[in-house]
This record gives sequence, C-alpha cells and structure tokens, in this order.
Amino acid sequence: MDYLNKIWAIVWKDIRAEIRTKEIFSSMFIFSLLVLVIFNFSIDLLEIKPLDIAPGVLWIAFTFSGILGLNRSFLFEKENDCLQGMMLTPVDRSAIYLGKMLGNLILMLVMEVIAVPVFVILFNIGIYDKIFQLAVVIFLGTLGFVTVGTLFSAMSVNVKTREVMLPILLFPIVVPVIIAAVKSTGAILSDKPFEDIISWIKLLVVFDVIFLVVSFLSFEYIIEE
Amino acid sequence: MIFKWFTFIIVNAALIFIFLVAPVERQEGIIQKIMYFHIPSAWVAFFAFFIVFIASILYLWKKEREWDIIAHSSAEVGIIFCSLVLITGPIWAKPIWGVWWTWDARLTLTLVLWLIYVAYLMLRFHAPEGSQRARFSAVLGIVGFLDVPIVHFSVLWWRTIHPKPKVLSMESPGSGMEPVMLITLLTSLLAFTLIFFLLLGQRISLEKRRDELNELKNKLIAES
Repeated sequence: MDYLNKIWAIVWKDIRAEIRTKEIFSSMFIFSLLVLVIFNFSIDLLEIKPLDIAPGVLWIAFTFSGILGLNRSFLFEKENDCLQGMMLTPVDRSAIYLGKMLGNLILMLVMEVIAVPVFVILFNIGIYDKIFQLAVVIFLGTLGFVTVGTLFSAMSVNVKTREVMLPILLFPIVVPVIIAAVKSTGAILSDKPFEDIISWIKLLVVFDVIFLVVSFLSFEYIIEE
Repeated sequence: MIFKWFTFIIVNAALIFIFLVAPVERQEGIIQKIMYFHIPSAWVAFFAFFIVFIASILYLWKKEREWDIIAHSSAEVGIIFCSLVLITGPIWAKPIWGVWWTWDARLTLTLVLWLIYVAYLMLRFHAPEGSQRARFSAVLGIVGFLDVPIVHFSVLWWRTIHPKPKVLSMESPGSGMEPVMLITLLTSLLAFTLIFFLLLGQRISLEKRRDELNELKNKLIAES
C-alpha cells in the first residue's frame, strides 16, 4: 500500500505541475491536430477511402505528439535537479519509473480522448458503436509506447542531442506496437470480425507486459549516479 | 596468428566453392551466387546482435568495462554485416522478383533490426563517456534484442494476413538444395563466422588500446 502511495505521489506531482502550466498538454494536442490536418492535404480524401488511411494517420498523430510529451517528461526533472531530489527521497527507483510512466500515460490518454473526436469529424468516420473496442486498442497501444518511451526518455535527457535521440531510439523498438495498433484500429473501424482483432490485441498485451517488466527492472541502471 | 591463417584458408576455400565448384542455378542463373554472401551475412548479423545482448546483461551484472567493449564492438561489426544483407538483398531481388524491395516479413525485420542497432551506435556516439554510456547502451542492447521476436511476429502477421503474389514468395533457404550448393553455403557460413570473430577481436583490442592511451594521456597531464 505504501509503495502505491509513493507512486501516486509522483504521478500527482506531474499532473499538478501540468495543470498549472498546461505546457506539455497544449503542445501535444496542437501538434496532433496539425498532423491530422497536414495529412489531409497529402492525401486526396475524395479519391481515397478515408478508412484506408485513417488508422495510420491517427497513430502517426499519437506517436509524434507522444514523443513531444516524453521528451519533456524528464527534461523538467533534469532542469532543477528534481531527479536528484526524487532519488534522495526514500522511494524505490522502480516507483519513480512507475510514477513517471503513469504520468506520461495519463497525459497521452487525455490528449487522445480529445484528439479522437476531432479525428472523427475531420475524416468523417463513425465510431459510436465501437467506442469500447477502440478504447481498449488505444489504451494498450499507448501503454506499450509509454513503457519503453519513459525508459528511453530518462536516457535521452542525458545525451547531447536529446530531442532527436528519443525518436531514433524509440521508433524502431515500438514498430510492433504501431503495426498492431494500426491494424486493429483499421479492423475495428471497418467492422471486421472479432477474430481479426484478437491476435493483434494479444500481441499488444505481450509487448506491454514484456517491456513493462524489462523497463521496471532496468530503470535503476539508467538513473543511477 | 594461427587463427588468421585458418580464416584466410577457409575464406579462399569458400570463394573456390562459390565460383568454381557450385553449379549455376538453372532458373536464376549466375545472380543466385549472391546467396552465398547474403545468407551468411544475415546469420552473422543476428549472431553479433545476440552477443551484444549477452554482453549487455553481463555488463549490468558485473559492471566490468570488458563487457561494454565487447557489446560495443559486436554491435559495430554486426551493423556492417546487417548492411551487407540489406545491400545484397535488393541486388538479388531485382532480377528475380522484379523489384528492389518488397515489404516482406523477413526484409522488414532486417530493416528494423538495422535501425535498432544504428540507434544503439548513435546513442554510444552521443552519450557522455564513462559508466553512464555503458549502462545506457547495455539497457538498449537488452531491450533491442528482446524486441526482435516481437517485431518478427508483428511483421509476419502484418504481411501474411493478406495473400501475397506468388512471385514475391520467398522459399526457405536450404529446402531442396543441391548437396554441392549446401556444402558451399555451409563453407561460406563458416568463412563469414570466422571473419566476424577476426573483426570482433581486432575491434576489441583497438578499443582496449584506446583506453590505455587515454590512461597514459591522463597520467601525462597529471604529471605536467
């Protein structure tokens, strides 16, 4: 119970800072909106069926704006030596990881909850009867992205070229997440049978579990001084 | 020294097998000989990245510089062979499949693998030197290799859910192969593996000498 309280304290700290500044959230949201709009111009929706490209565009918007959020995640901790302070508190290193990871997850999910309706309007897609399935896929995909993302974000913040380094490290690793998320989102939106989706959901769960455990275990090696 | 000569002999034996002994494939013609370079390169690349994985675990466990050097060297040599796979692949594919590149499962996996280890080397290049760099790379070396089977399944399902044209189907290597061709391939595999170990050894001793040099430099600065 004590462990959970510690995690929550870290999550709450991040949420409270974000509510006050709204810095990360606003940039993430506007960026995802921009991606949706720019893609509208690169593909003629009068000639191509929106459903053919919509899942891909949606996940590009999520991953690109997710990178923005992850880049900032440890930058704030680094700037005023907050990470040092956090490491001095009697908290297990893994709790710091879980706290930061959950903070990033919540931030990204909130951004997605607002971006999806915009996406529905811009691409003219009906999702009313499949909100639940879509929510499951978005949650699992975002979780996979954030588990490794938080780990790498703690790494890239210490590297000279930090803003560029994070996507270079993260994108190849999350290829399975992107494929599974795009494929299952597409299957849900075009009313494919459940069997088409379930293997992708399983793949997402496997990725999430493996990298949650690996990141949980290896995080202490990243922030060790 | 003996190892170098042994490698030299095996490499030459492999070349003789490839160009003089092995028959020219009836359908594909001379271009098929690139297989004797393509498949061994792929094997060596995977093997090299496996060594990165093991050395990374051992580094985090023992914290000895030795393992960091091995992981780094193996990743560097591995990326060379992985690049060779990605270069020889299209040269082989163009006359046979009619296209330079197709998003076939195995091709995609190799490309993703290449990207992961290029990122690994970039991280090593940009990270601050010392134990921090070693720890960061070790974590990436572990995460990257664990990702390989997942990427494999994802690209496999991604491509096999839709039926693909027959022209693009890739037969598994070794199936129904002429015995002489198989022997040639195995000799070539041995030759490539030996070259890999030779390069790895060279790269490791180079890194060690660099360490020694840095130590001497620091000593000199401290004295003056």
